[in-house]
Amino acid sequence: MLKHHLIDGGPVFNGSVYTWMVVDGIHMEIGFLVDRLTVLMMTVVTFVSFMVHIYTVGYMHDDPGYQRFFSYISLFTFSMLVLVMSNNFLQLFFGWEAVGVVSYLLIGFWYTKPTAIVANLKAFLVNRVGDFGFLLGIATLLYFTGTLDYIDVFARAETMQGETITIFGGHAWSALTVACILLFVGAMGKSAQVPLHVWLPDSMEGPTPISALIHAATMVTAGVFMVARMSPLFEFSETALSFVLVIGAITALFTGFLGVVQNDIKRVVAYSTLSQLGYMTVALGASAYAAGIFHLMTHAFFKALLFLAAGSVIIALHHEQDIRRMGGLKKYLPITYWTSLIGSLALIGFPGFAGFFSKDALIEAVGLSSIPGSGFAYFSVVAGVFVTALYTFRMFFLVFHGSERIDEDVRGHLREPPWVVWAPLVLLAIPSLLIGWPTIGPVLFGDYFGSAIFVLESHNGLAEMGHEFHGPLSFLLHGLKSPVLYLALSGIAVAWYAYLYKPSVAENIRRRFGVIYTLLDRKYYMDELYQTVLAPGAARLGGLLWRVGDVAIIDGAAVNGSARLVGWFSGVLRQIQTGYLYTYAFAMIIGLVVLVAWLTLGVNN
Amino acid sequence: MAHSRREQLNMSGILSTLIWLPVLGGLLVLAAGRWSTDNRREGLAYWLAISTAVATFVISLPLFTQFDTSTASMQFVERAPWIQVFKVEYFLGVDGLSMPLILLTTFLTPLVLLAAKNVIKDRPAQYLAAFLILEGLMIGVFSALDALLFYVFWEAMLIPMFVIIGVWGGERRIYATLKFFLYTFLGSVFMLVALIYLYLQAGSYSILDFHDLPLSQVEQTWIFLAFLAAFAVKVPMWPVHTWLPDAHVEAPTGGSVILAAVLLKMGGYGFIRFSLPITPDASRSLDLLMIGLSLVAVVYIGFVALAQKDMKKLIAYSSIAHMGFVILGFFIVWKILARTGVTDGAVMGMTGAMVQMISHGLISGALFFSIGVMYDRMHSRQIADYGGVINTMPKFAALIVFFALANAGLPGTSGFVGEFLVILAAFRADFWYAFFAATTLVLGAGYTLWMIKRVIFGAVANEKVAQLTDLNGREFFVLAVLAVFILGLGLWPAPLVDVLSASVEHLVNHITQSKL
Repeated sequence: MLKHHLIDGGPVFNGSVYTWMVVDGIHMEIGFLVDRLTVLMMTVVTFVSFMVHIYTVGYMHDDPGYQRFFSYISLFTFSMLVLVMSNNFLQLFFGWEAVGVVSYLLIGFWYTKPTAIVANLKAFLVNRVGDFGFLLGIATLLYFTGTLDYIDVFARAETMQGETITIFGGHAWSALTVACILLFVGAMGKSAQVPLHVWLPDSMEGPTPISALIHAATMVTAGVFMVARMSPLFEFSETALSFVLVIGAITALFTGFLGVVQNDIKRVVAYSTLSQLGYMTVALGASAYAAGIFHLMTHAFFKALLFLAAGSVIIALHHEQDIRRMGGLKKYLPITYWTSLIGSLALIGFPGFAGFFSKDALIEAVGLSSIPGSGFAYFSVVAGVFVTALYTFRMFFLVFHGSERIDEDVRGHLREPPWVVWAPLVLLAIPSLLIGWPTIGPVLFGDYFGSAIFVLESHNGLAEMGHEFHGPLSFLLHGLKSPVLYLALSGIAVAWYAYLYKPSVAENIRRRFGVIYTLLDRKYYMDELYQTVLAPGAARLGGLLWRVGDVAIIDGAAVNGSARLVGWFSGVLRQIQTGYLYTYAFAMIIGLVVLVAWLTLGVNN
Repeated sequence: MAHSRREQLNMSGILSTLIWLPVLGGLLVLAAGRWSTDNRREGLAYWLAISTAVATFVISLPLFTQFDTSTASMQFVERAPWIQVFKVEYFLGVDGLSMPLILLTTFLTPLVLLAAKNVIKDRPAQYLAAFLILEGLMIGVFSALDALLFYVFWEAMLIPMFVIIGVWGGERRIYATLKFFLYTFLGSVFMLVALIYLYLQAGSYSILDFHDLPLSQVEQTWIFLAFLAAFAVKVPMWPVHTWLPDAHVEAPTGGSVILAAVLLKMGGYGFIRFSLPITPDASRSLDLLMIGLSLVAVVYIGFVALAQKDMKKLIAYSSIAHMGFVILGFFIVWKILARTGVTDGAVMGMTGAMVQMISHGLISGALFFSIGVMYDRMHSRQIADYGGVINTMPKFAALIVFFALANAGLPGTSGFVGEFLVILAAFRADFWYAFFAATTLVLGAGYTLWMIKRVIFGAVANEKVAQLTDLNGREFFVLAVLAVFILGLGLWPAPLVDVLSASVEHLVNHITQSKL
């Protein structure tokens, strides 16, 4: 398919498979739209999925749910493809919810683990909050355009810009802005943007292969994909773009900080994922959709790699996930070590690695943007580079270098996992290292996406950059001169100094800034807000409504009161009654028939 | 539009067969239970009951296969004088609104009977017979086109239901039955008065004549309120819903299934067969009340469901919330017309409401079956008594998780279709209608999956759960058949929607024209 579209220059496929239903003259269909954006997503999804399948053969080998696991991830791949290949909003929503369900099933894969079954419920509900907005967004579009097909909706985007909808008394909103923000609320759930990000770190309760596949490489990027797909809509609403930009910037920077204080290897990577999703979102908000998707692609490779490498460490250490009890693993796990290094360098955007091309281009595009909020966003993504390098190499050094803090009995049989586990690492390391070189030109500055992504001329920072783009090598050289690189390098240096060279420094800082540390350690208290205030609050409200509304007022006063009245009445008449309810009912029917007869006869006469 | 709705005569007698075959079968089952020798008694009664129900289902299939989807006219009509002095007729027929409900009834009854085998030990023949007779009467309700005939079926149907709850119910069955009785009978009396008034005005009991009967605004309002008393209780709408959780809790499994799946639909059916077409102007002037009550049902009841500790109560409350969508779908017509000037979207809302009724029948039925499966083993409905059922009943867990997701409106299951259409249509009426309706995405998922988490997932909670045995073949068959239909309807709802469309369009046209 990739070959068909790239080399043979195949046309965009857009066709329907079957009609889901026709109602009110609106055709709701299941159909596919395959253009180059879709093809890129399909390639990423199927490649990472394939790697994860192989990896799982080794990783889940001894698990009693081995077969169940494979059926889930196959279902996931199917749902994800349904999502990216859709040509209409209905099917998009199908895939959207289906990947959410598979995620629910997989986070709760180890269903006896109490934390896992809390995490999966949380993930599903938080996603549902996003879907709530998403569905209303679809409803808005249907209301104003009368169709659910992408092409037709996009064609109406420009006119929708002028139409308004009144939601809060009096103030008229641009219909398009409302629709785009509502759609983006869906993306905030799926792509874990603040404040709907809380489910993603907890999703690490699931098996590691799915953390790599679903919660890093593919499903969580669905929101980014969706916004890019809707670029013909978002382009016409500067307010919505600005909203996207600011949310993404907050996510990119503030979730990065959280990664610095985490001690669970998977959670560090998870916070890194959140932060990188923030980067992609920032790119979308800056109208640099291609940069967002490009970062999505490189991120899929190196983040899947980092997760699978983390998994490799975890199984080598017999399911130890605390980085404080690792260290010095370099000599025991050489393949994992080298592939992790590649992944880490790619993540921080070290020149030449995949992440460098995507992140540097992204940052530059944000810098060129003039949408409100872009100043803050630029600051966030630049500062984020330092934070990224810090947490990435903090983890890297604590795991692979320094003193060996592992248990003695584990150390005895510490060795590299079997080839089915490390082969995918190597296969993912190759694109993490190299994919940027051949792809940056066509994807970012060439005409790769063609009509799949639409950018207004006035927003098009990438095109501006394209004029100065003279091949990946010059881009690399340009990057060497940028301060961004030095921020990354200083991040590594700080990590090295504070965690490897002189660990007491980190300890001192932690003590000195106890308040900030606690704030970060408690994740800004957002989980507390949701889990001790909102969720139990809802249950308590339900209990209150039930006891007061249903039990006390309706049942207590109204119903049982009349029941007592009837009871008293029947007590009087008990002598002539059998006491069986169905006799009462029968008697009443007879009585009513007589009544009818009497009434109608009376009138007729 | 007057008299455009000519009925197509069809003397096949298929509807009569569907009504009287199960009733006759029920009587035979009663007799078999009484007269055969002890050992063979159960087997014979059971065999008779199942074959009657299956035969009824097979006979009902031509209703679907031979249905003419191009017309809103009544089909499979049977018409004969019954009590000539009052011009009461034996008048049966179906259109796209009633036919799917009849199929739902004939589809679920065999499953209910199948699930009763070896479970109901006390007077099994009478239990089976009650359901068969109930089936016939329910089909009578859905196919009667003569108001008095309808009323007779409507009330008669309650008798087997009382018996089912009152005889095979739980500890507080008498309280539950009394409550059920009070609520429904009070409502019905008002309906009867309204029907008699309509007869006096129209000179016949034909419901189709009622549809075309001109009525003043005042007349319409009174008639609408009288109908509301009867139908709101059945749906049930807030605040006349409190009989339902009690009835469900006390009813045996089969009773709960039929109650949720079919009986509640009679309320919805009543609105589209009586209230809307007979009193369109009153419906329009009172539509805000109806929309308000339906949104209260979705939001308020959604919260109440969160707080439930009894699984059956939880699903009962979930039913009330889901039926809120049905009422919302019916009554947004005029608000759409007022806001947009056209009726586009009204058909969608009403179609969504109809699909929601069918879908809710399947899903709530499946959930009550599932709870019954657990209850048969553990004799408890309390969520707290469970935990980790998946460890000992993996097959069952897979199915109930699927049903729970369907109940939460997962796309690809039938639970999504109705809610989706109603929300899309409600948006055309008012942003906030759609907003409050869409809260079900979060609330519905919340209460359903929280229950699943506490009951199904987790480590084995206690000795009793550790000793559970997984589904037997019969239970698996019942649940799997439902799962297939829930999935099928979710992936391809077009066949159902095609059946509905002509009748729904006709109804929308009819009710948007004033009778004044």
